[in-house]
Formats: sequence, C-alpha cells, structure tokens
Amino acid sequence: MTPPDYEYLRKLLKDHSGLDLSADKQYLIESRLLPLSRKCGVSGISELVLKMKGGSPSIVAQVVEAMTTNETFFFRDKVPFEHFRDTIVPEMLAARAGRKSIRIWCAAGSTGQEPYSLAMSLKEMGAALAGWRVEIIATDLSTEVLEKSKSGVYSQFEVQRGLPIQLLVKYFKQNGELWQINSELRAMVQHRQLNLLHDFSQLGTFDIIFCRNVLIYFDQDTKVNIFGRLARSMEQDGFLVLGAAETVVGLTDAFKPFPDKRGLYRPTGARGTAVPGVTLAPKVAAIAGR
Amino acid sequence: MKTCLVVEDSSIVRKMARRILEQLGFDVIEAEDGVDALVVCKRAMPEAILLDWNMPVMDGYHFLCHLRRMPGGDEPKVVFCTTENGIDHITQAIDGGANEYIMKPFDKEIVAAKFQEVGLIEIEEPDLV
Repeated sequence: MTPPDYEYLRKLLKDHSGLDLSADKQYLIESRLLPLSRKCGVSGISELVLKMKGGSPSIVAQVVEAMTTNETFFFRDKVPFEHFRDTIVPEMLAARAGRKSIRIWCAAGSTGQEPYSLAMSLKEMGAALAGWRVEIIATDLSTEVLEKSKSGVYSQFEVQRGLPIQLLVKYFKQNGELWQINSELRAMVQHRQLNLLHDFSQLGTFDIIFCRNVLIYFDQDTKVNIFGRLARSMEQDGFLVLGAAETVVGLTDAFKPFPDKRGLYRPTGARGTAVPGVTLAPKVAAIAGR
Repeated sequence: MKTCLVVEDSSIVRKMARRILEQLGFDVIEAEDGVDALVVCKRAMPEAILLDWNMPVMDGYHFLCHLRRMPGGDEPKVVFCTTENGIDHITQAIDGGANEYIMKPFDKEIVAAKFQEVGLIEIEEPDLV
C-alpha cells in the first residue's frame, strides 16, 4: 500500500464512519482489507483503492464495514455484566417499579454477543423480572454484522470465548459445528442499522446504554458530540456503560463516573459540552456517512 | 504457582497444552489416561485438571466420577478438552461434575477464557485511553 493509498483510505473512513486512524495503522488496514480484496477479485489494496476512486459505492460500503467491524465475544470483559446484574438492574427495578419497563440500547451491537449476553443475564435473573417489559435494541453501522446478529448463529470458536458452558447448554441449539441462540432470546433483541454520527433521537429514550469499544475509533470532537447526544437520549437516572479502556473523564461534562464501578457512568444533566482543556477543531467535523 | 494436571493420551496434544498452560503461569503435570491421573491426584490434588474424554484404560468421564468421590476430590477445577463436541456429552460432563468444557480444536485464547471462567486465572484490565 502506498502512502497516498493510505491517506485516501484514512480520509474515506473518516468521512464515512468517523473512524479516525492514526498514521501508523497500515497493518490494521491490511489485515482487514486484504481478505476483502480477494473477495472482490482484485490483487491488493492499491487496486481496491483504484476501484473506489473509479466510483464503486458497493466497494466503499464494504471497505467501511470491514474496517469498523469490531472483535467481540460473549460477556466481553465480564465486569460490565457484573455491574449490570448487581448494580444497574437492581437500581432500575427499584426506580421503574411503577412502569415496570426498561429500555436498553447496545450502541455497537456488532454480531450480537453483547445484546444476547444481556438477554441471558436478564433470563438468569428470572423471577425478579417477571411481569416486566425489557426492550433491547442493538444497532450497528454494518448491515452485515446485524444480519449475523439477527440469525444468532455462532461458530464453535465464538461460543467458547466468554460464554460459560452452562449457558451454552441452556440457551443454544447445536447444529453440527454451529450453535444458534434460542428463539426466545432472539426475540428479546431488536436490530437497527445506525451510524452513530447521525441523529439517533428517533430511537427514543433509554434507561441503559452500552456503548463499548466504539468511541475509541473517533476523534475528540466526535466523541464529545456523541456523548452529548447519548446523554440527551437517556433518562436522568440511567446508566451508560463504556469499554474497559474508555472514559468520559477529561472529555465531556455530560456524564460522571459511578463511584467504584469501572466503566459505569451516569448523566449529570449538563448540556454535554467539552470540558475545559479539550482541544477541539475550529468547528465540529462534518457529519458524514451513508 | 498453581498446578494443572493434563490428562491426555496424545503426546502432541499434551505438549501443546503444556506450552499454553505454562504461558498462563501453571506448573504442569502430565498423565496419559484416567488411571494414571488418579495416581497423581491421590499424591496431591492439583488446582486444575485439563481432561480429555477418549483415552485407553480409563476415559475422562470415569476419571471425573472417581475423582469427585475421592477425599478432596471436589477441589480441583476440571475443564474437559475433547473432540466429543455434542451437547449430550457436554451435559453428561456437567452432570458428572465438570466445571467447564472445551471443544477441540482449541488454542491459547480458549484455554485462557475457560480458565478465567472458573476463576483459575485473573482478567487483566487495560489502561484507559
């Protein structure tokens, strides 16, 4: 891949998905796009770039998908799911006792491991949730991963990462080397294609938002902007869950860390502007995308 | 250092398992079949056992049943590691007292994930970005 090819891809990804690659991510592009080149029947990344420059929206879409599809697995990082079981849901059961409903958004639902992990956690809580209406909305930029999520079908390798064997036996059906999550759990999760750079207010207001390991790809302006909009899409006493390596601290005043629970945040009620000291570009980056 | 007993009749798989487990910080003991493994456990109970199913002399399932009836035999975390990938075998193993189950082929990531699952190794927390 030549430096101009790299620059072209960087700019394209930034414009279409907000993905902000630093100058040294050639390896990432190669590992994701070489398989795609083969699939498209071209010899390598330079040729792929040529096709995109020649005007091929379908290849552009596939490149964006390939680059933004994140690795995920069931109960990834464990701790957020312990917070969910031990802190978030008990608080919500008390706070929503009147209306008996909880709305959850997985903002980077990817291939479904996260929303289905939440669905399994809820099932495991059993009686406490009897008579409650719990909605789980999984969104992702990529329609390809959403399709996989909807099908609920996973390889033997995928079901062995993070998923306790008891839950595999309890909630999955085996079909040769593949495992499909049962229809009851599939029915608990709704899927929508969504670019976080675009307005998402139409999804409504949520009590709990999981937004893990996706904001790391955005630049600071975009992060601040998304945090502000996430806060406006949440109940004031709701919970935001970020990835293990992510934080709002030093970025936005819209959320504050929940004491002693890593990765867990609550809205502050502030408007969601950048905290002093964050260097922002002169104007918020153009919100582009499909 | 925690000890892991690898019960497996294939010397190639034992070697691979040993390498992975040593990278995960375990002291590794090997046994070629269930009877061999029971002798090891009578001497001293390991913290972890990585257990094949199909082996000559005594298979993994029968070893597990014997182990769980021995004094102190409920202590070790037992993780099956087998080509028996059917749900009936998995259910049988759990009922027999297995803590986790790895379907072959396996790699370091799967072993690490399963050992985390049963509390044999800690999860590392990444630094904030």
